[in-house]
Amino acid sequence: MTTPTPRPTMASRRQLLGAGGALVLATFWPTMHHGRAQGAARSGGTAAEQGMLVENAQGVFAPNAYIRIAADNRITLILPNVEMGQGIYTSSVMLIAEELGIDMAQVAIEAAPPGAGAEITGGSTSVMTEWLPLRQAGAAARSMLVQAAAARWQAQVADCTTRSATIIHVPTGRTLPFGAVAAQAAALPVPQKPTLKDPATYTLLGKPQHRIDSTVKVEGRAIFGMDVQVPGQKIGTVAACPVEGGTLASMNRAAALAVHGVQAVLVNAPNNTVCVVADHYWAARKGLRALKPQWHYGPNAHVTTQTIYDQLHDGLSGPAIVANTKGDAPAIIAHAPTTYTATYQQPLLAHAPMEPINCTAHVRPDGCDIWTGTQIADRARDTAVELTGLPKEKVAVHCQYIGGGFGRRLEHEYVTQCIEFARQLPYPLKIIWSREEDLTRDRYRPAYVDQMTAALDDRGFITALTHRIVGPAVVARWDPPELTKDGYDEDLSVTTIITPYTYPAYRLEFARREAPGVVTAWWRGVGGTRGLFVVEGFIDELAHRAGADPVAYRRAMLAQNPRALAVLDKAAQLAGWNTPLPPGRARGVAVQFAFGSYMASIAEVEMPEPDNVIIHRVTAVVDCGRVLNPDQVVSQIEGGLIFGFSAALYNEITLEGGRVQQNNFNTWRIMRMNEAPRKIDVLLMPSTEDPGGIGEVGTAAAAPVLANAMAAAQGRRYRTLPLLSPRNGATGKEQG
Amino acid sequence: MLSLNINGQSHQVDVDPDTPLLWVLRDVLGLNATKFGCGIAQCGACTVHMDGRAVRACNLPVGLIGEQHISTLEGVAPTDPVAKAVQAAWVALDVVQCGYCQPGQIMAAIALLRSVPNPTDEQIDSAMSANLCRCGTYVRIRAAIHHAAGALA
Amino acid sequence: MRNPKHTRSITGQPDTTLPRYPLDRVYACLRGSFSACLLGGVALLAATPHAHAAPPASVENGRYLARAADCEVCHTAEGGTPYAGGRAFSLPGIGVMYAPNITPDKTAGIGTWTDQQFVDAVRKGVSPHWKHLYPAMPYPAYARMSEAQVRDIRAYLATLPVSPQKTPENAIKFPFSIRGLMVFWNMLNGPAASYADDPGKPADWNRGRYLVEGPGHCADCHTPRTATFGLDGKRALGGNVVNGWRAYNLTSDKQSGLGAWSDQDLAQYLATGHADGHGTAAGDMADVVGHSLRYLSAPDIHAMVVYLRSIPPLHTAEDTVERTTPPAGDATLPQTTRGARLYASACAGCHMPDGTGRQSSFGTITGARSLGADNGRNLVQILVQGSGMQTTTGVQIMPHFAGGGLSERDLADIASFVMTHFTTATPHNMEQAVHDAKEAK
Repeated sequence: MTTPTPRPTMASRRQLLGAGGALVLATFWPTMHHGRAQGAARSGGTAAEQGMLVENAQGVFAPNAYIRIAADNRITLILPNVEMGQGIYTSSVMLIAEELGIDMAQVAIEAAPPGAGAEITGGSTSVMTEWLPLRQAGAAARSMLVQAAAARWQAQVADCTTRSATIIHVPTGRTLPFGAVAAQAAALPVPQKPTLKDPATYTLLGKPQHRIDSTVKVEGRAIFGMDVQVPGQKIGTVAACPVEGGTLASMNRAAALAVHGVQAVLVNAPNNTVCVVADHYWAARKGLRALKPQWHYGPNAHVTTQTIYDQLHDGLSGPAIVANTKGDAPAIIAHAPTTYTATYQQPLLAHAPMEPINCTAHVRPDGCDIWTGTQIADRARDTAVELTGLPKEKVAVHCQYIGGGFGRRLEHEYVTQCIEFARQLPYPLKIIWSREEDLTRDRYRPAYVDQMTAALDDRGFITALTHRIVGPAVVARWDPPELTKDGYDEDLSVTTIITPYTYPAYRLEFARREAPGVVTAWWRGVGGTRGLFVVEGFIDELAHRAGADPVAYRRAMLAQNPRALAVLDKAAQLAGWNTPLPPGRARGVAVQFAFGSYMASIAEVEMPEPDNVIIHRVTAVVDCGRVLNPDQVVSQIEGGLIFGFSAALYNEITLEGGRVQQNNFNTWRIMRMNEAPRKIDVLLMPSTEDPGGIGEVGTAAAAPVLANAMAAAQGRRYRTLPLLSPRNGATGKEQG
Repeated sequence: MLSLNINGQSHQVDVDPDTPLLWVLRDVLGLNATKFGCGIAQCGACTVHMDGRAVRACNLPVGLIGEQHISTLEGVAPTDPVAKAVQAAWVALDVVQCGYCQPGQIMAAIALLRSVPNPTDEQIDSAMSANLCRCGTYVRIRAAIHHAAGALA
Repeated sequence: MRNPKHTRSITGQPDTTLPRYPLDRVYACLRGSFSACLLGGVALLAATPHAHAAPPASVENGRYLARAADCEVCHTAEGGTPYAGGRAFSLPGIGVMYAPNITPDKTAGIGTWTDQQFVDAVRKGVSPHWKHLYPAMPYPAYARMSEAQVRDIRAYLATLPVSPQKTPENAIKFPFSIRGLMVFWNMLNGPAASYADDPGKPADWNRGRYLVEGPGHCADCHTPRTATFGLDGKRALGGNVVNGWRAYNLTSDKQSGLGAWSDQDLAQYLATGHADGHGTAAGDMADVVGHSLRYLSAPDIHAMVVYLRSIPPLHTAEDTVERTTPPAGDATLPQTTRGARLYASACAGCHMPDGTGRQSSFGTITGARSLGADNGRNLVQILVQGSGMQTTTGVQIMPHFAGGGLSERDLADIASFVMTHFTTATPHNMEQAVHDAKEAK
């Protein structure tokens, strides 16, 4: 997830075919007639509303974006990454439209099918990986359209320009719509290195564009997975064994079938999940209550949260993998006059996107359709192929708008589950998880324990640093080949090894401890969210210990990193770091380099009581390279911070008897409007560097910037999440 | 058969009276703008109007509705000036991210602005804090409500 | 003796239990029409004076009485098979006892009991082989029922599906483990007998007294106990604390009892669990309404009202609270205190800033004693435990808010805000109250 396997560049694998008078760039497009998902869309809707539907590509799997221009000048862009709130549809369209010479409003969009889109949408990589290919796709198509028009006019290519999907012959003022020459353009060879626009002439990129999905979402017309309506579908709701690894013991099938509206009671092949199918969700839910499944809880029946923490703390001593080393940090620490050690702890976290888990599937002898929100359509399709035995081309995955991903839709066990049930039925089945199921059967962000030890010089600066991470290697389950041969998960390098700071000597160790009783998974900000809380907390402790100003202390460590220094200075200036605070308030700071972007953030808090924190203001200065859509970057930082504050203060998942104890929003708390910062100021630094990721940047900053502000307010460190946990309050160990 | 007045139309539905309105809207009538989020009135994604009040459809058994008029997001636009102003403000400020909670947020905001045309931040927090947004769009929701209030003034 | 602290809790599931009875029947009851319920009531009235004649047992009457006596609630484990027992009653300092399986199963249940053995168990607290029951079973009250009525209940129970579910062994500490001690308890406190109607009182008063003192066993919760855990007759129905909840004063005192309630409000509360201006039944009372009172006929509810009206007033400070009228509308909650902010977040979705039910009147809490009485005792209980009540339109759920992202301080702040927003009460040490309630959960 952090670093998707590099894919071939567009130029090397792009194909071009004329298809029915249309210019279709980038792929063989064989199956127009059965492309539209059956019944999923209401007729007459716009593509943005219905259109996250996917065609089933056969043959060549082209790597990147598609452009389809019909003779009637309809322009469809087939987008490689899925939209889950991060605004990627909008920025992808901007990239193509800028080079192609069309207006945002002229575009219809579709999500790419499995095999044709990104293998993975996640890790804040979308803009980074699509930045060049999407512009190249637009530029190549434009070049071919212009050539075709020039040929028709018997004019010079150099005399032609494009605007609003029209080719203009500048000397004569003649115009041709793209569609009029699409067929001719399709016959031309694809330029291998299309000329890209000079950024100084950009009309879209870098200028705020409205989200192309705003209107459909605001009018309630956007179709999320939850909203899919396939003719003849029934609704199922499921209960999996509440303890991981358990199996079904018994159930009252007759009682469930007696409920008005219930159609079927199903059990999956592994015998650990039941599904009650009914005419509507409520009947299914009542049926499930009547079913009263009883479980054999299995080997994890005695797991508690403490079991997990105990084994994490146990990993602080004993053998570990050395993931990174520079100089001989342990030796320096062993001989240093002064060392400082602190231990940090972070809990299991649930994702709980607002759209509870759901999936719709229709399994037939001759084919299978799946409608769902997924960040990994390829895997969803492969699962269906494996379970149904159907050939790949008979399985279609129709990607819908995602009502919040945050990493949850990088899992597809719910697709597997849906297919296992749907294959038992002659009609399409939509499964909807209750929120209770969603929270108790999530795949959780792991709990971690980290320990950092610094050797310090007489000014309190680091001469050597060791960092041990104890926790699971998520990648080992999620993408086993990505685990290094030493057994290291490189996701853990984000904000630890990959950092704006320079240390004279350094050593990162990883002691792997897989958590019993839970499946662990990616969570927004991944290694960055996990690591930054520890590293920025520890740096802040060292600053405090040295009696130094936290900004000045960091500045001294960032001397070799001008981009980091610039965001920090700007943030300090905007937040008024050196100005007096109103009584009762305190500020905290965090600096980061993650997902290719730099950010410095400053939080201003008030703590009327030790267990009551009010976040008045957050200032964030971001250098994410060239900004595509500035307002949406701001929006991602605002939302990412609030998402991260929820986790910093609440969101903890605990286990008792192998069961997750939080099951709905009465006990699993999310930050609400009246707790959200009154003011979030985000400033974007001008930059011509390639764009960095942005969807997870704010989230990674949230816990450390808040913890550091709270530490300043209370005069004690916050090393355990959630921050108001009674476990906080211990002090760091200093020796020397 | 129960009779329900939804978006100005009478509907006859064959469900048990304990069925929450949410599932009648979504699974029986195919009105999907109203979202399922929690089922216990803790998130507000299912907010609709009942005789003009913002109510949670997940926690409202249809057997208790009687003659009261229900309107959903599909039914409030486009003739109502407040609804139009709220939706326009949401687009102008690009409030949405994933967008799943926004129908509920918008219905809550419309009800708020109908009763308090020019709300303060504190009044907005009072009325809107029962609506969850996991993407964290709260800052923009607040701003968009002010924006809509300004447009209606 | 009987201070059962049962282990039922509301999990926050939106549909914890489904209505176990056909809804049409319930509607009929609510309309007060001549439904089976009402006929049951009439049959019962007729049966009372003819107890000796031992007419053939009436299953229908037995079902009505089993509901009036609320047998099911105690004899069903949480989420378990009705009447198959297993519900735990934890008595601090005494131990844990489990309500037995009373389905007709021949080994696990009471299938082999004779009718007379059943009647003796229900009315005298003596089960077969002279095994004395603990008075968690309210046999002193049930003794108000005639033998014939109890045989009707037996006849109804005999129609239930058998359940082989074994009842766990009680874990009672010495000396309470000596069942024989109950003989002495019974001499002190125990069982009354069915009694003749008071000819000086109207028929509905007599019927009401029978329902309240007999099958309804209202006093078991609402009357304070003596030193030997018997009912304190001098303070009859004067309010008591049971399972941590305040069972309120039911006397006619205007301030602390039912004196200020209208007949209509009282009848509606008993029949539906809610009356505007008085809130919604919660905790054990929600079970009583959901499984028992809502099935009673309109004339029987009326009779209970008539009788309750006649209880002499007894003033109790713990049941007194003075309401205030907060401003209406969603935008009226102050955001200056944490309690108010949390109310706007976690409570206003159902209860509106002025305490009006957002979705339905079941959420209307204005005027409820629980908002302030007894230092917010029931308010804290419901925040910590939640509540769920069976109604004709499904289970009305109040989720609990304990054990997750809301700290004890958070819950205490909500409670304090509610007390001062809706009543004139002054909260005292709410954090401790929340802590104690959580510990007891």
